[in-house]
Amino acid sequence: MEEVKEQASHMPRIGEPAPAFEAVTTHGKLKLEDFKGSWLILFSHPADFTPVCTTEFIAFTEIHPELQKRGVELLGLSVDSVSSHIAWVRNVEEKTKVKIPFPIIADLNKEVSLDYGMIHPGQSKTETVRCVFIIDPNQIIRTILYYPLTTGRNMDEILRIIDALQTTDNNAVATPANWRPGDKVVVPSPNTQEMAEERLKQGYECVDWYLCKKKI
Amino acid sequence: MACISPDGKPTESGSKMLHALKGGLGSPEEVASKAGLPLFRVRSGLRELTEAGLAKQKGDKYELSEEGAKLIK
Repeated sequence: MEEVKEQASHMPRIGEPAPAFEAVTTHGKLKLEDFKGSWLILFSHPADFTPVCTTEFIAFTEIHPELQKRGVELLGLSVDSVSSHIAWVRNVEEKTKVKIPFPIIADLNKEVSLDYGMIHPGQSKTETVRCVFIIDPNQIIRTILYYPLTTGRNMDEILRIIDALQTTDNNAVATPANWRPGDKVVVPSPNTQEMAEERLKQGYECVDWYLCKKKI
Repeated sequence: MACISPDGKPTESGSKMLHALKGGLGSPEEVASKAGLPLFRVRSGLRELTEAGLAKQKGDKYELSEEGAKLIK
């Protein structure tokens, strides 16, 4: 029955409101709405006390100050108990001197995992895969990343996506492949022939009418 | 409970939130700023403090209950 529910569960999509939740975490009971007004990275890991996850938690902690500067909060999740999370966080601090500053959801009943499509039975029926949901201040899902159990996430890319989303929102532009802050951005494509003709006179760096870049 | 210990006393963060309400009604944003805590922690903490009878909600703002005021005297 559980398996049927796991497979039938709705997979959230970019542009949709993030599924609401109230969950027990290492920082007490938290609701999704508690994060309203901030960007939120909700990420899942397969299990506590596992090697790749430990490297990821250290890496998330390392980028935490940069995320804070950008108004982004972090929230971890796995299908483990809050006691297990607390023990693991304490162990990581004892062994590596890294103190995990963000809360972790103890999703023992898999409620949040299933709502967010974090369990991929082809990988594991009991553990969450490495998901990253980037949720904006209006609680809309803006990015979804999935990594397999065996591949640790790239923090640099996560920061880059946050920078790109915030740049897009603040300037009504898009960002090209491999964009980094400071690089030129893509001007949205024109919708009419008149706009296409005008576009070429506006001093942008254009390959053609549909691909123009500008500095911001 | 993140703000209330099993013995019913406020934790360090719970205590910071109660002290931040000393001056009267405060929004979660004002409490977060005074207490130096993240807004999400304060929103959840104020819910807990209210359930525990240490704070009272008035619209979008919170204030100390009599019990809460006694605790931080």
